[in-house]
Amino acid sequence: MAKITASVFTSHVPAIGAALDLGKDNEAYWQPLFKGYEVSKQWMTDNRPDVIFLVFNDHATAFSLDMIPTFAIGTAAGYAPADEGWGPRPVPPVTGHPELAAHIAQSVIQDDFDLTIVNKMDVDHGLTVPLSLMCGQPSGEHPAWPCPVIPFAVNVVQYPVPSGARCFKLGQAIRKAVESFDQDLKVQIWGTGGMSHQLQGARAGLINRVFDNAFLDRLIADPAAQAAVPHIDYVREAGSEAIELVMWLIARGAMDDVAGGKPPIVKHRFYHVPASNTAVGHLILENPA
Amino acid sequence: MALDKPYLDVPGTTIFDAEQSRKGYHLNQFCMSLMKAANRERFKAGERAYLDEWPMTEEQKQGVLTRDLNRCIAAGGNIYFLAKIGATDGKSFQYMAASMTGMTQDEYAAMMLAGGRSVEGNRYVGETKKVQRN
Repeated sequence: MAKITASVFTSHVPAIGAALDLGKDNEAYWQPLFKGYEVSKQWMTDNRPDVIFLVFNDHATAFSLDMIPTFAIGTAAGYAPADEGWGPRPVPPVTGHPELAAHIAQSVIQDDFDLTIVNKMDVDHGLTVPLSLMCGQPSGEHPAWPCPVIPFAVNVVQYPVPSGARCFKLGQAIRKAVESFDQDLKVQIWGTGGMSHQLQGARAGLINRVFDNAFLDRLIADPAAQAAVPHIDYVREAGSEAIELVMWLIARGAMDDVAGGKPPIVKHRFYHVPASNTAVGHLILENPA
Repeated sequence: MALDKPYLDVPGTTIFDAEQSRKGYHLNQFCMSLMKAANRERFKAGERAYLDEWPMTEEQKQGVLTRDLNRCIAAGGNIYFLAKIGATDGKSFQYMAASMTGMTQDEYAAMMLAGGRSVEGNRYVGETKKVQRN
């Protein structure tokens, strides 16, 4: 049977991708940030999954205002890096896992979550920057990401976005779906976006270290309490775009302890300000063997 | 019956809700059109003529022509869509963010390096004398 082995949480700031793509990662500005992910890259090498279920949000790239799905699961064989206006990132296409994705869609919809099924989609920095941070930039004659990825896009652009409580429950439904899949697959679930940031208006540039670190503490130790926090607290305390953090609750909801198992092991925790306009947070949680 | 919108008293912040989205549909879709290189060229060759192809309000068009992102947001624009105008102009996201705050890009970048804008005094409209424009 398939099993969720670990969850990974990280910001997905586009400027991080640009810094990597333009070879600026050794600059003094970026060094402290990339140093925080050295442990993570080693951990990925040592704990390579068979599939990554990657929760992210599209930033007016694949989804315009013509259609705005709240939850969208990618069931395609592959996904191209999107041109977001500056040209596509020079990273490999993403290979999907249509069989597991379709299985999860079937199970989760039957559990009363209304997923939109997507068979054609380009993926933007929300998905490719976490892959770059965790896996490094693929190189060689046939550069490729280390394993297939199931993209799971959450609307956090147009309000109302899904509540933290709903995201947390969705994670539990995804876990149940993964664990009923008949192949022995090691599946990691990633939650991306955040942390504190505001990209619009006179309050742009807002950062709240206290809020961010309290969020990390509670995500680890008491995720159900964090899931009960209303949207307005994220917006007021950590900036309008910090609402992306509800996506981390999907990944957290899929961990063993939420289903009555043992608490996760914290393999890595990192926090850094700034990456361009944003606070960067990162966690790796493993389910005990 | 009025819907619950607890976010209207956050200073300097416009939440892109269903109402704003409805108002800004054509403005934001115009921005999406700039994801194609050919459209970027056409827009740059004649901004007014390109904008006139879209059923946008005059206020929205003026917001775009003057690159006043706060004006665009008030008229229903969303920053992820509006960012495509900046990309067309060859500007970074940080340049665009700074332009909305009344700071220069250098001042804004220095604020971020120093830890960002503090939330103290920035939670509620009217909380301090330095009320930020909403």
